[in-house]
Amino acid sequence: MWDPVFFLEVLIGGLLSGVMYSLVALGFVLIFKASGVFNFAQGAMVLFAALTFVLLLEVSGDFWDWTAWLSLVFAVLAGGLFLLNHYSTLLQRTVVTSSRVAIALAAIAIVLLPILFDGGQNMWRGVFITLLIFMVLTVSVRQPRAAAAVLLGVALAAFFAGEINFWRSLALTLVIMIILAMAIESVVLRPLVNQEPIILFMATIGLNFVIEGMAQGVWDADVHALDIGIEDIPFEIGGLFISQFDIFAAVTASILVAGLAIFFSRTRVGRALRAVADDHQAAMSVGIPLKNIWAIVWAAAGIVALFAGMLWGSKVGVQFSLALLAFKALPVLILGGFTSVPGAIIGGLIVGATEKVFEVFVGIPYFGGGTESWSPYMLAMVFLLFRPQGLFGEKIIERV
Amino acid sequence: MLYREAGQFKTSYAADQAIFPIAQDRWVFWGFLIVAFVVPPLTGSQYVMGPILIQLLVFGLAALGLNLLTGYAGQISLGTGGFMAVGAYACYNFALRVPELPLVVDVMLGGVCAALVGIVFGLPSLRIKGFYLAVATLAAQFFLTWIFDHVGWFTNYDPAGVASAPSRTLLGSWAEEGGPLGFLAPINILVSGPRAAPETKYLVTLAIVVVLALFAKNIVRSSTGRAWMAIRDMDIAAEIIGIRPLRTKLLAFAVSSFYCGVAGALYVFTYVGNADTEAFDLIRSFQILFMVIIGGLGSILGSFLGASFIVLLPVGLNIVASTLGEGTLASNTLANLELIIFGSAIIFFLIVEPNGFARLWQIGKEKLRLWPFPH
Repeated sequence: MWDPVFFLEVLIGGLLSGVMYSLVALGFVLIFKASGVFNFAQGAMVLFAALTFVLLLEVSGDFWDWTAWLSLVFAVLAGGLFLLNHYSTLLQRTVVTSSRVAIALAAIAIVLLPILFDGGQNMWRGVFITLLIFMVLTVSVRQPRAAAAVLLGVALAAFFAGEINFWRSLALTLVIMIILAMAIESVVLRPLVNQEPIILFMATIGLNFVIEGMAQGVWDADVHALDIGIEDIPFEIGGLFISQFDIFAAVTASILVAGLAIFFSRTRVGRALRAVADDHQAAMSVGIPLKNIWAIVWAAAGIVALFAGMLWGSKVGVQFSLALLAFKALPVLILGGFTSVPGAIIGGLIVGATEKVFEVFVGIPYFGGGTESWSPYMLAMVFLLFRPQGLFGEKIIERV
Repeated sequence: MLYREAGQFKTSYAADQAIFPIAQDRWVFWGFLIVAFVVPPLTGSQYVMGPILIQLLVFGLAALGLNLLTGYAGQISLGTGGFMAVGAYACYNFALRVPELPLVVDVMLGGVCAALVGIVFGLPSLRIKGFYLAVATLAAQFFLTWIFDHVGWFTNYDPAGVASAPSRTLLGSWAEEGGPLGFLAPINILVSGPRAAPETKYLVTLAIVVVLALFAKNIVRSSTGRAWMAIRDMDIAAEIIGIRPLRTKLLAFAVSSFYCGVAGALYVFTYVGNADTEAFDLIRSFQILFMVIIGGLGSILGSFLGASFIVLLPVGLNIVASTLGEGTLASNTLANLELIIFGSAIIFFLIVEPNGFARLWQIGKEKLRLWPFPH
């Protein structure tokens, strides 16, 4: 009963779900690449992000008025701090307020504002304004007064925001993930600098418990439906039925991966990240601020977790099982290599295709199903015997 | 004042190389052992002995097994739950299908099966290291629990997939009334199954754990243990000075899996009474790894201290929560709160003392030597 069309459908379905796995794997790669920490809490972060997003969607009205006020406050504070910093440097006095706080506040305001400003009425306008503001801010890092002025202006505009909640929820979730990242950096990672990797790994498992408990305790443990506007309808190409939603997810993932790959290889911050990953002390001695780098990387991982959570959440519902996605991402990681962003995608494709094909053609007929839980791991294990650092991992060179 | 080694002279190498060279350590150890064997069976309630003490011993043994692998040989494993499951199901099948065997032998055979499986899953360790290896051992975890879920033979075709520990005696069915070794019947007490006394279960578990812990202590003091530590500290250098990495690593996997397998078998036969793959899932593996880390990598005593912490912390939290939060908090809120507190406690502990309880214990002893007149 060999049917090439059916096989192709299974294969493509597997490949597309593999891309979704690589979205989760990306978060691991980001953090491992930049800090050498194997962040087990990534799955919990996916759950946390998705739950936060869904529940923000469900609240309405007054809450958003409050956020508008809040973003105004943040923007004013950030602007004020930038100005203060600027003048205190001019006066050759010690900077009282940390510029880090100012940047954090600015980040919060920036993410909140354009979308509040736009009110979600037109998504492209929102994206455009966000990009514009990012550009202005990058230019004005050396000109704090300009930045402050921009922020204040946007804050005022944002105050008269519109109605629809989707983009606002997204923005606020982003902010919450960034705050979470900074909290993790300062509470968990900083005290553990220079510890053995396994200690850091264990700490992230503890963190995993905390975030899982928080996600379910502060929010709730019910299953929430999430509609991001793309329906899971199959469409036909040359006799093959392919899910529209999976295609959308794959495209999103590819854009994210491409963006991150460029970020790592082409930007200043990306180079700093790689330097930190290579050698903490050397990076610090050439003036790379370790704390900021780690906060950035965890924030990036949080944002990736949010995208993964949204896509998975709208596919299977936002519920606890999202946290278990981490176990799907692990074989992807070792196949692609812990330190490679493109590797995460390739690994995801391989894992997705293998597990689906194996389950449909071997698992269900011969073993009674359920092989998906281990077949990727077996594949990865056999694979590692021949290439111990994964497909794209950096070559491990050992000296005595 | 109380804890000085001054005046304790050794007149032979054997005395000098004793596990406890200091007399006070010896006294405390023997005192503790006597208390452990005598006091709980005489005074302990069913609750203290069953869910707490036996659980502690079983997990302490599993943690000890993992500590041999991770703490001494330096190979991170996340497959502990899987190896425990192998021990548990193997022991169950030996006890079920060969009732002539004494239960202790069943348990040991369970350990041996786990060791063989451990060797197979330890093979990648020659090529892979660190977190790659950790993730690769997850293959063992998922594959083994899947097999026990899907192959009916292992659970004797139980419709619910749960294997209930059969009632078995200390010396096996031959030593029962009327068997070939019938004269042993008076001491052939029931150890497993619902009718076995908790005191018996506790004492058998304790005896096995003590013997295996002693064995572990001696392995790590022997050339095998030194080879493991050499591999852990730098495997290439170890290879150059003539330690065979494949053999050493596989031996570590075998011994470690043996301990985990025995712990799994005891878990089923003396602690819970039935085997269910849920009990040997990934969370269990992490829990055991936590015990090892919190207890202290590369310490036999630490494994048990870590196990006590992980076992007793939820119990303590539960007691506190039920006395304080009686009726005021919903049970699932409470469960989530426990999760948060548990996670934070672990992070806090890792930050305060990354080397674990074993290090605290050592510091305490050093302080005590100078007490009450520190420099």
